[in-house]
Amino acid sequence: MATVGKNGIKIAVVGGGLAGLAAAMKIAEKGHSVDLFSVVPVKRSHSVCAQGGINGAVNTKGEGDSTWEHFDDTVYGGDFLANQPPAKTMCEMAPAIIYLFDRMGVPFSRTTEGLLDFRRFGGTKHHRTAFAGASTGQQLLYALDEQVRRHEVEGKVQKYEGWEMMSLILDDHQVCRGLVAMNLKTLELKAFKADAVIMATGGPGLIFGKSTNSMVCTGSAVSACYQQGAKYANGEFIQVHPTSIPGEDKLRLMSESARGEGGRVWVPRAKKDVRPPSSIPERERWYFLEEKYPAYGNLVPRDIATREIFQVCLDGMGIGGENQVYLDLSHIPAETLDRKLGAILEIYEMFVGDDPRHVPMRIFPGVHYSMGGLWVDFEQHTNIPGLLAAGECDYSIHGANRLGANSLVSCVFGGFVAAPAAIEFAQNVERNGGADGNGIYEQELKRQEEINDGLIKQSGNENQYKLHEEMGKWMTDNVTVVRYNDKLKETDDKLLELMERYTRISINDSNLWATMALPHARHLKNMLELARVITLGALNRNESRGAHYKPDFPDRDDENFLKTTIAEYSGEGPVLSYEAVDISLIKPRKRDYSKGKQETTAKAAAGAKGSALPPKEGAPQVLSQDTEQKPKDLTGPVIWNQNKEEVRDVNQGQVETRRGQDKSIEDAGGKSDKI
Amino acid sequence: MSAQPHATTKPNRTPPATVEIRIRRRENTDAPQYWETFEIAYRPNLNIISCLMEIQKNPVTKEGKQTTPPVWNMNCLEQVCGICTMVINGKVRQSCSALVDQLEQPITLEPMSKFPNVRDLIVDRSQMFDHLKRVHAWIEIDGTHDLGPGPKMAQEDVAERYAYSRCMTCGCCLEACPQYEGDNYIGPQAIAQVRLFNMHPTGKMTRDERLEGITGDDGITNCGNAQNCVRVCPMSIPLTKAIYEENRETIVHGLFGWLKR
Repeated sequence: MATVGKNGIKIAVVGGGLAGLAAAMKIAEKGHSVDLFSVVPVKRSHSVCAQGGINGAVNTKGEGDSTWEHFDDTVYGGDFLANQPPAKTMCEMAPAIIYLFDRMGVPFSRTTEGLLDFRRFGGTKHHRTAFAGASTGQQLLYALDEQVRRHEVEGKVQKYEGWEMMSLILDDHQVCRGLVAMNLKTLELKAFKADAVIMATGGPGLIFGKSTNSMVCTGSAVSACYQQGAKYANGEFIQVHPTSIPGEDKLRLMSESARGEGGRVWVPRAKKDVRPPSSIPERERWYFLEEKYPAYGNLVPRDIATREIFQVCLDGMGIGGENQVYLDLSHIPAETLDRKLGAILEIYEMFVGDDPRHVPMRIFPGVHYSMGGLWVDFEQHTNIPGLLAAGECDYSIHGANRLGANSLVSCVFGGFVAAPAAIEFAQNVERNGGADGNGIYEQELKRQEEINDGLIKQSGNENQYKLHEEMGKWMTDNVTVVRYNDKLKETDDKLLELMERYTRISINDSNLWATMALPHARHLKNMLELARVITLGALNRNESRGAHYKPDFPDRDDENFLKTTIAEYSGEGPVLSYEAVDISLIKPRKRDYSKGKQETTAKAAAGAKGSALPPKEGAPQVLSQDTEQKPKDLTGPVIWNQNKEEVRDVNQGQVETRRGQDKSIEDAGGKSDKI
Repeated sequence: MSAQPHATTKPNRTPPATVEIRIRRRENTDAPQYWETFEIAYRPNLNIISCLMEIQKNPVTKEGKQTTPPVWNMNCLEQVCGICTMVINGKVRQSCSALVDQLEQPITLEPMSKFPNVRDLIVDRSQMFDHLKRVHAWIEIDGTHDLGPGPKMAQEDVAERYAYSRCMTCGCCLEACPQYEGDNYIGPQAIAQVRLFNMHPTGKMTRDERLEGITGDDGITNCGNAQNCVRVCPMSIPLTKAIYEENRETIVHGLFGWLKR
């Protein structure tokens, strides 16, 4: 364990991705001790898979970008389900976060002047995404890994790599006093004391079987917290990334940066056109995103791009009638592609065998990210005192849909907020001795040992890996892009059936040393519990918002559902309740990506005058009544400045007019866009 | 919304009906190694991880003997986390990117030989992370508070650093290095990281500390110039260039060290 001075503070951080390392670094820097738990060596965490970049409104391109604009894009992209104050704080902190990584030596791509370069991403019109080739997540994670290693050498951080958190240790007042973790080599269970615990374990993609997530992304530890009383919020909001490469073992991500750098999505106009893509002339190609969304083109937010691609394939318009569409980069010079997207093109080449510099890639949507997660307040505290959460495993920031390149910044931001909050909590809680006397550590340890022993002794004819596959298939088929209430109900019944069959699985490994079987059995139980939260949350939300889409309820319903779903565990399953969303800064308006945002903003502004003040606590929230789309009736574009005053920006207006009129390839971020 | 994986890899022969996989196994750190052979149904676009998952579900050998499921490490499956490295048909590489259609059968899987073998295909590479500690593979920033942007840099220099910064500490270079045995040599991985940080304008200021880490008995002079490392590196990192540059730097450093006295 990390050395703790007398009455020194020790904080347990669970998860060694961007959020966990960001928190660990901040705590160690303040001179406190960290026990850092990670299933894999932290340098191998899932953050390495993030490709495209990290958002921050640094405005080095003379586009009039601002942190307010970033905030507005984030809230608008999230279909107004995010609590606005933390999202605003994140966007304000984002430029400083990018600069910090710059100082830590991340090889961000540069302009000719030697400044940080920025590229475009979905859901914005600004070049706001800093990038290190196309392996930005890897580079950012390594920078934090290096800084944390520096603190490790100084004795401030003790790593427990190859240890998996099994449960929290709660005292009689439901205050978190530490955790039980399992050594994945020896299967030893051990209780660890901590003055506060920060969860930073990432997403639950494996619930869907195959996803773009890494194999550690089971959501298991978070599910354990939920089963011990932590609230889980907005579980039904699962982002399905529009462009992944289907594979036998996983869906490999094809970064949004491919479209940010000019990639175009298309299918042949003729159904089941079997010609190779290069011999299909331009006029016989259907660039459906550019056609339907002239303002944003291929860079509409992910939920929209995913639904469009999904629908095109459902209508039999996919390539050769199959579930795939083209993502085409072949019109961009190979040299530019290598410089800006090299890493992701190599992945495609390696796993598919085609060279995307010359042949359009074939892609299909894949489960990618959970907007939902542990409920946290604006300081990342969960409802359990002493338990905090940061990164993908918390629900804040992204609302109903996350914008591309906002995940890396939200992970670091979450860690940076959680660290001082955890320290402050620890300073004010009765430490060490406080909970020692009454045997809570031994008790929880014993409970976990009994669960493991039970699983090891259990015998039956069910195969845990097949149960996992079944769960994944049901969840993918019914709880992703398009959701119907009858199918959701059937899925929940299926999950209950799987839980019942789970009691008859047997651990098929008689050698328990470094076995994968027992940890997987523990994950499976926790995944099933969380799958119910996701499914029932979706069943109960009778509207369409962001990533959650029900054809039977095609509109956003602010009156009934501008609310956060809260799931609490009970023996019978999740108990759902709803909580108001803090919309005190930007009045909800209809999302419409066929138009430039200035138009929608101006419209909302006209309706919001005089009511832009934050609602008083407890007062009913101002809900948007007028969400009807109207034709463009603007004399000039209007944007907000940071003081929420309306300002007119001539340059912005010109850009907008040109983009509005010219639906050329340039507008789609194509070849002639400055790359 | 299930999508069939693309069948784009063009096999230049009739696809086989089955895939035969020989695995070099070990029950635990102290147990002897032994071989077991498995056979699974062929499907297009299988990688080694998919094969192992298939075997895990139903661990029966080719001869029909029920056995324990082989264990291995895996995570990102996109060849960027480095964890699933093993020796496949005699060559060290990541198993996620090893496609059955491109491998000769029977396929042999072995754990890396230069690191402690935990069980089956799992090895303990923590010594590589210790090497990173020794060479101070980080930038000594004053603190994480907001101090504005870092130093301006030319894209050309960034591109050179980027190549080194992609190292995922997978261990291929050490597995292939004829000099590396029993942790006797700091190795190409750590030396390339010294290059990465010594090229950075801020990193340069603490260059000497890093150079200390690669001098000494197990230091850079152990390189025998076999150049295996650069051939097996999955990230195509110019490891031999790093060794050359750092060797020069240590000599200059030694000279200055001598002058300082």
